[in-house]
Amino acid sequence: MTQDAGAGEFERINCELLAPMESFGAGYLALVIVLACIAALGAGAWAFQVETGIGQTNLHPPIFWASYIASFVFWIGVSHSGTFISGVLRLTKAEWRRPVTRMSELMTIISVGIAALFVFYHLGRVWRWYYLLPYPNQRGIWPNFRSPLLWDATAIFTYATASTIYLYLPLIPDFALARDRFRGRRKWIYGLLSLGWRGSQSQWEMLQTAIRIITPLIVMVMISVHSIVGWDFGMSIVPGWHTSIIAPYFVVGAVHSGLGMVVIAMFVVRKAYGLQTYIRLEHFDKLGKLIVVTTLTLAYLYFAELLTTWYGKFPDEESVMYSMLTGRFSPVWWAMIMMIYVVPLVTLTIPRFRQWPVGIMIVGVFINIGMYTERMLILVPPLAHPRLSYNWSAYSPSIIEVILMAASLAFAVLLYVLAAKFVPMISIWEEKEGRSRA
Amino acid sequence: MSATEGPPTYKWEMVIDLDRCTGCQACVVACHAENNVRNSSEQECADGRAISWIRIERYVEGTYPNTRVRFVPVLCQHCGNAPCEPVCPVYASYHTPDGLNAQVYNRCIGVRYCGNNCPYTARQFNWFDPQWDAPLEEQLNPDVTVRMNGIMEKCTFCVQRIRRAKEQATRQGRPVQDGEVIPACVQSCPTSALVFGNRHDPESRVSKLAASERRFHLLESLGVEPSVTYLKRLP
Repeated sequence: MTQDAGAGEFERINCELLAPMESFGAGYLALVIVLACIAALGAGAWAFQVETGIGQTNLHPPIFWASYIASFVFWIGVSHSGTFISGVLRLTKAEWRRPVTRMSELMTIISVGIAALFVFYHLGRVWRWYYLLPYPNQRGIWPNFRSPLLWDATAIFTYATASTIYLYLPLIPDFALARDRFRGRRKWIYGLLSLGWRGSQSQWEMLQTAIRIITPLIVMVMISVHSIVGWDFGMSIVPGWHTSIIAPYFVVGAVHSGLGMVVIAMFVVRKAYGLQTYIRLEHFDKLGKLIVVTTLTLAYLYFAELLTTWYGKFPDEESVMYSMLTGRFSPVWWAMIMMIYVVPLVTLTIPRFRQWPVGIMIVGVFINIGMYTERMLILVPPLAHPRLSYNWSAYSPSIIEVILMAASLAFAVLLYVLAAKFVPMISIWEEKEGRSRA
Repeated sequence: MSATEGPPTYKWEMVIDLDRCTGCQACVVACHAENNVRNSSEQECADGRAISWIRIERYVEGTYPNTRVRFVPVLCQHCGNAPCEPVCPVYASYHTPDGLNAQVYNRCIGVRYCGNNCPYTARQFNWFDPQWDAPLEEQLNPDVTVRMNGIMEKCTFCVQRIRRAKEQATRQGRPVQDGEVIPACVQSCPTSALVFGNRHDPESRVSKLAASERRFHLLESLGVEPSVTYLKRLP
């Protein structure tokens, strides 16, 4: 490849990948309006709940946590996609990662934000949320750092901060490119965000060093964050929660649902913007293989936990286990098993299937519905079977809870759709770097 | 009480004699009246949200027709090693020096982790603002706060009565006598199944009863060191 041809190809990449940020069709506008309406409905439902009381949920003793915490865990899980795809693949120098890092990193910070929202939905007196902050006050009361919930708040805050930086660093050269391309107010905003990037050799070296430093760090933060979310459960003495396998199980489960979500995003972005030359069948194939790995790991961990419970024969834990295997939660439990283990295994182990984007996208949808169900099953059956059997109970979400779950999904998609007009969905400089190495 | 100098020490405990309990629910009613526990509507009861600080659990033994109903009054066990306390992120669940598991209403933000982690399901939550059917709102106890929606509450061993007795004893320069503090449930029990007192006083009734051969703790294997001792029902 001569120097001229290379420059020509780079110019074409610039144009193609910046094009989605310039066009605003009627369909896009309609989508934004619909999503905004659903999100607004959720805001209304939440305001109603704050005004009248948390009783708008269907929670009752002994089931003090359910859909909001399940959603929180689910969204934290989705947020692991970005870090996993872009962090782990960057560390292992997997070349095929280039077109999918940006869209998964975006997914990370959006879903961390949505997860944080569920913490607020969940609080009984949300207007006193700042009691969770370690701020100096005249009473000398600090938050209780023995509580896993405090570890959790700290971990989420760390993860949100770190993943924002992690998204931002590789964006700087792309912001600079946008600054040079756009006019008017956008030029000014991108100019600010590109921090005076000129593309000099020393700037490139600095950027590469920064990325090399933060990548292993964020992978460690990712593992710790979901371990800590798992310890919210593992540290308690609730039968069915108090198990040491819960932290690794949560980490792998998070990556599983995150990969499912990345596949969906890849499919939609590719379709919507016609990026078939960038997001190729190879990417679906590789991600499909990765999902097979997480499916098998997750299944192994689940099996290990069930076997331990079954063999140990503690009555309190058995009542929880059998309520899922054969009892009243069994239809939901077996549906979950189908969606997160059987469907991905049966389909994605077939090489021809992995070349079929629509099929993989549908598997991704199955995995995510299944993982959502799985989060509910982690919460409800153990809480519904406390040790004193007089208190056994049942639960199904209320209309307010359903609205908030749906509205949060719409809000997440809305943020993603808006972000697609603000940042390039495929990292332009990394793509060019990959081409120049090829 | 020990003969050494210094302020007297207390460890408040309760003994519940299951052989004496008839399941009459007088303790439940007395507790509602004393502690401003909200009225629950029919719908709330159906939703499983009826709040009681003490409840009578019923267990049916044997198979029909040879069945017997067993009653177990369950209230906050004021665990010495309380599972609810370390998990509270804001120190609303707090252990007092005299062994009570206190709930600081003003501090609670309603994360409800304590409720999940209580093996006795003793902790109750205010899902909505409290209400009383007329004329019951006229008889609220001025010594006890009314809890707003969004916070946890539970049995306090009638801490207001404990504090009053301690203050009175301190003014008169003497330790609290056995039988001077009587929680509402103990006071109203027609069969005297419930006994309350200071376990640091070896002469108190509660100390003597807790040494009975029939003693056991609810879910003793958890090692949460409950302050409520049950006496086994005789066959």
